[in-house]
Amino acid sequence: MITIVDYGVGNLGSIRNMLRKIGAACEISADAERLAAADKLILPGVGAFDAGMASLNASGLAPALHEAVSQRKVPVLGICLGMQLMTRGSEEGSLPGLGWIDARTVRFTPGANQKLKVPHMGWNVVDACKSSRLLHGAEPEERFYFVHSFYVRCDRPDDVLLRARHGDTFDAAFERDNVMGVQFHPEKSHKFGLRLLGNFAKAA
Amino acid sequence: MLRTRVIPCLLLKGRGLVKTVKFANPKYVGDPINAVKIFNEKEVDELMLLDITASEEGREPNFQLIEEIAEECFMPMAYGGGITSMDHIRRILKLGVEKVVLNRAALEQPQLVKQAAAEFGAQAVVVSIDVKKRLFGGHQVVGRRGQHSTGRDPLQFAKEVQALGAGEILLNTVDRDGTMDGMDLKLVRELAAGLSVPLVAVGGVGALQHIVQARDAGASAIAAGSFFVFQGPHRAVLISYPEYQELLDALA
Repeated sequence: MITIVDYGVGNLGSIRNMLRKIGAACEISADAERLAAADKLILPGVGAFDAGMASLNASGLAPALHEAVSQRKVPVLGICLGMQLMTRGSEEGSLPGLGWIDARTVRFTPGANQKLKVPHMGWNVVDACKSSRLLHGAEPEERFYFVHSFYVRCDRPDDVLLRARHGDTFDAAFERDNVMGVQFHPEKSHKFGLRLLGNFAKAA
Repeated sequence: MLRTRVIPCLLLKGRGLVKTVKFANPKYVGDPINAVKIFNEKEVDELMLLDITASEEGREPNFQLIEEIAEECFMPMAYGGGITSMDHIRRILKLGVEKVVLNRAALEQPQLVKQAAAEFGAQAVVVSIDVKKRLFGGHQVVGRRGQHSTGRDPLQFAKEVQALGAGEILLNTVDRDGTMDGMDLKLVRELAAGLSVPLVAVGGVGALQHIVQARDAGASAIAAGSFFVFQGPHRAVLISYPEYQELLDALA
């Protein structure tokens, strides 16, 4: 059973729809006890970093998530803002993040390339940096749907799973032990997303 | 690198899909859920669904149908038609739809654009602008499915809704709708150059080349109806979408 964390932020319906399509059992929950006891978690999210963290803190879900992820080591997949919340913190806000991965969330800076549009919105290809259970069966060129203005920068290169390019290259996914995050929206990336979420559903 | 998005734009009338010519003569082209399943298989970039009679009939969005469609839609989806309140928007986004498209509301209650962008983020708010040629040159924004002349300048209006928080502008040219003879490139160029948010152009696509031309004119995304639902000179209904490689090559 995959438990999708409902903290009032993000498009939970799309994720549930795709998990149903895959045939993976799932539930949407805002209940701290259920989250603490979950087998597997998806942390979704859309919007501003501080709003997301404030909501996780206010609803009392953060301690339950820490118990499941840091102590019981259940697999967790962060999506978009959910991925960013797993870092230490973000240039977008001032609240500390969950700190499950050694990384910071930083802003896209157009720099020399003036044509860079932010948010980075649309389909982009990704390059794999290491092999992973999440990428099982992946094609030579995988593409995903992105919508974001900030991105994650991992401290350790061996945590980086996928990279993409928007102006400069950035970390599009990370994986360290049970902690996984993707900047894109697998639930809206048709066959590529189906495969990735299917792999997450199968992963022990 | 981001590739230019190519978006099928489906028009809903009742529970069926239709296609219009210059906003008139809706022709039935199929069942929406069936169409969405086909577009899934064809791995389209994004899908846009517009209920063209909701506002006219003073109806709220058909949430039940939107839910059924969203359940089958595994790519980003935008919905427009009959949206008049924050509650409508909240309900639609919760069903698994990424973006709402505001048309009449943007003209008649622009504060809704601002509120929606503030609460759900600019990326979730598309303002669609219907534009028609003026009798003596130039263009103006029209309302109520092209029936009402507002006298407003398209670029000026687009800039206003951009300032209110619209994350994308959908430019719909009434005179080109369903004609399949190319987009109004001058207008696309003018709006794309004057806006900082992405411009989605719709109206007139009949060939891949028209999509390329609109991209070259500055559109960030191109939507089309007839091009994806009709086939051949007699406009037989057949849903199609270019192969990924074909799009890559064309837009390279």
